[in-house]
Amino acid sequence: MGAFLLRRLATAIPTLLLIATLAFMLLHLTPGGPFDSDKVLVPQIQHAIEARYHLDEPLWRQYLRYLGELAHGDFGPSFQYRNTSVNELIAQGLPVDAAIGGVAMLIAILCGGGAGLVAATRPGGWRDRLPMGMAMLGISIPVFVTAPLLILVFAMRLHWLPSGDWVAGSWRHLLLPALALALPHTAYIARIVRAAAIEALAQPYIRTAIAKGLPTHVIVLRHALRPTLVPLVSFLGPALAGVLTGSIVVEQVFGLPGIGRLFVTGALNRDYTVVTGITVLYGALIIGFNLLVDLCYAWLDPRVRARA
Amino acid sequence: MTEPSAPLLQLRALSVDYARAGRELRAVNAVDLDLHAGECLGIVGESGSGKTQLLLALLGLNGAPARISGSIRYHGTELVDASAAQLGSIRGRRIALVSQDPMSALNPYLRIATQLTEGARRQLRLGRRAAWARAAELLALVQIDAPAERMRCYPHELSGGMRQRVTIAMALMSGPEVLLLDEPTTALDVTVQAQVLAVLRTVRERTGVATLMVTHDLGALAAMAGRVAVMYAGRLVELAGAQQLYGMPRHPYTAGLLRSLPRLDRPLPTRLPAIGGQPPDLADLPAGCAFSPRCPLAFGACAAPPALRPLSPGHLLACHYEGAPAAVAAAWR
Repeated sequence: MGAFLLRRLATAIPTLLLIATLAFMLLHLTPGGPFDSDKVLVPQIQHAIEARYHLDEPLWRQYLRYLGELAHGDFGPSFQYRNTSVNELIAQGLPVDAAIGGVAMLIAILCGGGAGLVAATRPGGWRDRLPMGMAMLGISIPVFVTAPLLILVFAMRLHWLPSGDWVAGSWRHLLLPALALALPHTAYIARIVRAAAIEALAQPYIRTAIAKGLPTHVIVLRHALRPTLVPLVSFLGPALAGVLTGSIVVEQVFGLPGIGRLFVTGALNRDYTVVTGITVLYGALIIGFNLLVDLCYAWLDPRVRARA
Repeated sequence: MTEPSAPLLQLRALSVDYARAGRELRAVNAVDLDLHAGECLGIVGESGSGKTQLLLALLGLNGAPARISGSIRYHGTELVDASAAQLGSIRGRRIALVSQDPMSALNPYLRIATQLTEGARRQLRLGRRAAWARAAELLALVQIDAPAERMRCYPHELSGGMRQRVTIAMALMSGPEVLLLDEPTTALDVTVQAQVLAVLRTVRERTGVATLMVTHDLGALAAMAGRVAVMYAGRLVELAGAQQLYGMPRHPYTAGLLRSLPRLDRPLPTRLPAIGGQPPDLADLPAGCAFSPRCPLAFGACAAPPALRPLSPGHLLACHYEGAPAAVAAAWR
């Protein structure tokens, strides 16, 4: 297991390097720069700014400088937010997304997983059709529709929850955005779990378990749950990396200071370091969560453990 | 053969129906059968003869699309349409099942110990240690060395033969009165088959468990069964004591099956004879005797379905042919 981890970490470094390089090059290839504007600046000021951010240097030198900083875990200074480093920006934005994303995924796993399991025990019955119909809706209605609807009902009509804004540590501010983000994931998870559970319950070893006279809940929880979790876990890895780095729509609708918005404004403003930094962070999270997924496989399935 | 008056299991007019793609098919067709305490009854037939469906019907395991009708009485208790709770108290505890394929019958995610003990811990209210001890004892009975070590294994760490012996031990955990064997040797290598059959004989000697063994292998049954029932297209076509059945089969189908077995006491033919044709489509059975299209003795009367009639005490036959018994075997030559 230790050797397996080391091997995976060793392959993660060149992968991240490649991501950083691609992001860096693509951004610098894009027309325009961080300090281009309609206002024509005095050439001396323009030069002074470019010199300060090393934009006057040849690209390969900027690239090497950036990699050097990156190696120390430094994403560099933001070009747009004066005197603020990308590390600071991420440190401000990430907890917002992590809180909302974490709660959203928790809701999605509990509700989606439960609905999927219930649906799988009686395929074709109303306990299957009702949740699966709702899941279909959850997948097809985009978040930019459900999020304003949630605000309309729970904030404007019922006045139960605030319509947006972010107050650190306030669960009331967290609930609506988390719910909006949870809906499509709940739907996906319900469908994945249903399909996986139906397949697991059709296995001959389930018939063995029934023939032993075990009650249904023992059969589902002890015999069918683990094989059901395998496809769920492989979905959750990238999905978690996705929600943790923020949902642009949810952040925009609820006015949250997350890194999703940071990323979009960064891209529009050619804030090179912000965009590259968030891209590398997302890549690192994907790699990290996929590693976690593989560890989960090994934990779930003894045959995988034997191979590792 | 002396038979005690009340059978353990009494099947009457047992049928299993399926509706598949709008077509009705009857996998098991009005079967009457008794299983007595301690005996081993074999059921043979080709694939699709309904033998496995019959076995599964005893525990209500056929699956959702199957409809079971008729009567299955265990000690007088009706099992057809029994409640889930009732079936739960019978399954494993009174009537236990050993499945055909030991590769898939064991859950690959759980340790052998968990799978062995979970039924008995619940049904016999055994503690962890007591259940472990019983499992180790039964693993020793099915000739598995170092039982304690094997119990910590996962199924993929055991060989096929070992896995099948584990499923046999698993079926015995709650001390059932009836053991259902669904082609227990079919998925195994020939050498392993012999080993598993030997284990099954030992198990029967030691526990006296009544056994219903379904197989298409008449050879495997010869060593086990006291009585043999032959099924064709969902119907019982012949039932007799093993000696009688192997020595002088009266149904042309039984005779055909026996002829296709290699015999040690006769010169080996260059090519083993087979019964010509295909088993019938259950959704589209011939009007009369289902075997008549493949039967060398078929004649006019076979256009009507034959009833199962007693030939002699303990010997039942469903065939219109009433000529000399020797002519039945001779018909295939």
